[in-house]
Amino acid sequence: MPKVEFWQGNTAVVMGAIAAGCRFFGGYPITPSSEIAEIMAAELPKVGGKFIQMEDEIASIASVIGASIAGLKAMTATSGPGFSLKQENIGFAYMTEVPVVVINVMRGGPSTGLPTKVSQQDVMQARWGTHGDHETIALAPASVQECYELTIEAFNLSERFRQPVILLSDEVVGHMREKIVIPEKGSYHIVDRKRPKEDPEKFVPYKPDPEDDIPPMASFGDGYRWHVTGLTHNQWGFPTNDPDIAEEKILRLMRKVRRFKGEIVKYDTYEVEDAEILVVAYGSVSRTALSAVREARSRGMRVGFFRPITLWPFPDDELRGLLGGVKSVLVPELNCGQMILEVERVVGGKARVFGKGLVNGELFRPSEIFDFIKEVA
Amino acid sequence: MPSQEVLNWLRTRFFPHIWCPGCGHGIIMHALLRALVDLGKKKEETVIASGIGCSSRMPGYIDACTLHTTHGRSLAFATGVKLANPELTVIDVMGDGDCTAIGGNHFIHACRRNIDITAIVMNNNIYGMTGGQASPTTPVGAYATTAPYGVLDVPFDICKLAAGAGASYVARATVAHPLLIEKYVRNAVSKKGFAVVEVVTHCHTQFGRKNKRPRPIDNINFFKDNSVMNNKASNMTLEELQGKIVIGEFVNIELPEYIEQYKNLIEEVGGNRG
Ligand SMILES: Cc1ncc(C[n+]2csc(CCOP(=O)(O)OP(=O)(O)O)c2C)c(N)n1
Ligand code: SF4
Ligand SMILES: [Mg+2]
Repeated sequence: MPKVEFWQGNTAVVMGAIAAGCRFFGGYPITPSSEIAEIMAAELPKVGGKFIQMEDEIASIASVIGASIAGLKAMTATSGPGFSLKQENIGFAYMTEVPVVVINVMRGGPSTGLPTKVSQQDVMQARWGTHGDHETIALAPASVQECYELTIEAFNLSERFRQPVILLSDEVVGHMREKIVIPEKGSYHIVDRKRPKEDPEKFVPYKPDPEDDIPPMASFGDGYRWHVTGLTHNQWGFPTNDPDIAEEKILRLMRKVRRFKGEIVKYDTYEVEDAEILVVAYGSVSRTALSAVREARSRGMRVGFFRPITLWPFPDDELRGLLGGVKSVLVPELNCGQMILEVERVVGGKARVFGKGLVNGELFRPSEIFDFIKEVA
Repeated sequence: MPSQEVLNWLRTRFFPHIWCPGCGHGIIMHALLRALVDLGKKKEETVIASGIGCSSRMPGYIDACTLHTTHGRSLAFATGVKLANPELTVIDVMGDGDCTAIGGNHFIHACRRNIDITAIVMNNNIYGMTGGQASPTTPVGAYATTAPYGVLDVPFDICKLAAGAGASYVARATVAHPLLIEKYVRNAVSKKGFAVVEVVTHCHTQFGRKNKRPRPIDNINFFKDNSVMNNKASNMTLEELQGKIVIGEFVNIELPEYIEQYKNLIEEVGGNRG
């Protein structure tokens, strides 16, 4: 019998992480993510894992990357200002191809902003927060159940693609309590990073497997010696300025994700078949948006609903495929228009796109989104 | 010439190294490798971490598990490595700017936490890599590219900082005393707890050139002439100590080590059972 709990989203993130095999957490307190650190501090030692409260968010992500290089599945959790501080080292993990999971429970910004209030203002920061080119994988849970399941998925993706994966939760999803059915062990898939098979003396640490462009990863301490650097490096991990090698390194970082975009993207739909109006929403907003769509349907309006679960990569082909009879696309989000840029790109002028932003720290009420639907109908 | 055992620890295929001929960082690398050979360390069980700077390029040349991180943050990375796999010997090599400016917060917290890591701080009193800007250890009045009229702010004493922040082992040597470096590194690595070895070294290219010590030998002679062992220094007046470099072991004590404490915690909550 699967266990049923009544948890808040932040608790589900911790339990999902531990189920995924997370055995290291480095963190620094910040609202509305602190419960994740607190519950990790209590739970990790019980499974032989390590929790450490570091001196700041920069150190937290650094410790997590170090732990991952030493072989543990590792994560950190933060919000707004802390997510900003982590960015340089997140880039280090992209460059060095170290799997880590970063939870960002979004609150109002910029700066200290609205610490206890919800927002979705970090969508673009998740995509482009660290300098330099990289492909982002970011997942946005909309329920406590998804906090659990998508945290497992975040670990699986980061282990598979050897790069950071971001869980873009938000204050509402993180703090609300609802029923969650804990999937039984063995009922979900767990991915572990590919390990090298060759003799340590023959190990070439950044030699990609031609199958997937991803090099198998050794851990410090398991017999292999290798060099890790954030400088652009050759396949021995040694710094180089060689233009061909430098270009291939970056192109491969992009390619290893782009090749498998179809396997990474996740989304959800409701009543899209005959829709003339499509509401696109994610995270906590998708909950109120969905009730508004249901309300509109009950009144005979041809309204459908599309929820990107991976915000990055954005499910663009998947959305494009639904646009057949759609005349208007509505994008309510808790920012001044971030995801709408992706939607506009996908729609490409074939339908009208309307955005509705809210940045006062509140969540849309279903009636507000329903009114929004009526305005364009 | 380095011994064959020391050469075995080098990735000579990545030579020539990036350091200027005569740079002090090579003397420190040699002393570190002699200490590791002496202690019988295994390359695949030894982690050498670093931040960013000329000094921090050292791990690339060492044939161990090496981790060249971001500027100032290496101790935080090293903390994660060591906590994840306590069996590893973890050594973190940093420059003065790396360790005490951008990384100052991580440094004092690593000392306070007393985690079993050895920090080697290569103090050349300057930002060598970026072209000779002032660092937190550039002496008052010395010239740097960002202090064309002389430095105004008072430098850190790295050893006092480490001692005050709670490290279990703190020592200082200079590159004019390579055997002392080797001995202190050996003691530091053997220490169960956070250990700091500050090595006063030179950047003749960026610091020496502007401060009347343009050749490597000028610096070595300066360090020889101005170093005082701490037992002797304790009998000297403040005036006599002006401009002197006090070397020696300053702290060598037994303190509860972080990972040992954490292991006990895991045992208490039953986490070692599954
Ligand atoms: C975040 C960040 N800021 C600045 C730099 C530029 N930078 C590279 S090395 C360095 C100073 C290194 O000085 P030190 O640690 O004393 O090492 P040295 O080169 O003297 O051995 C600076 C400021 C950087 N790489 N990253
Ligand atoms: S610039 Fe200074 S610190 Fe850097 S390699 Fe040259 S002498 Fe050494
Ligand atoms: Mg320096």
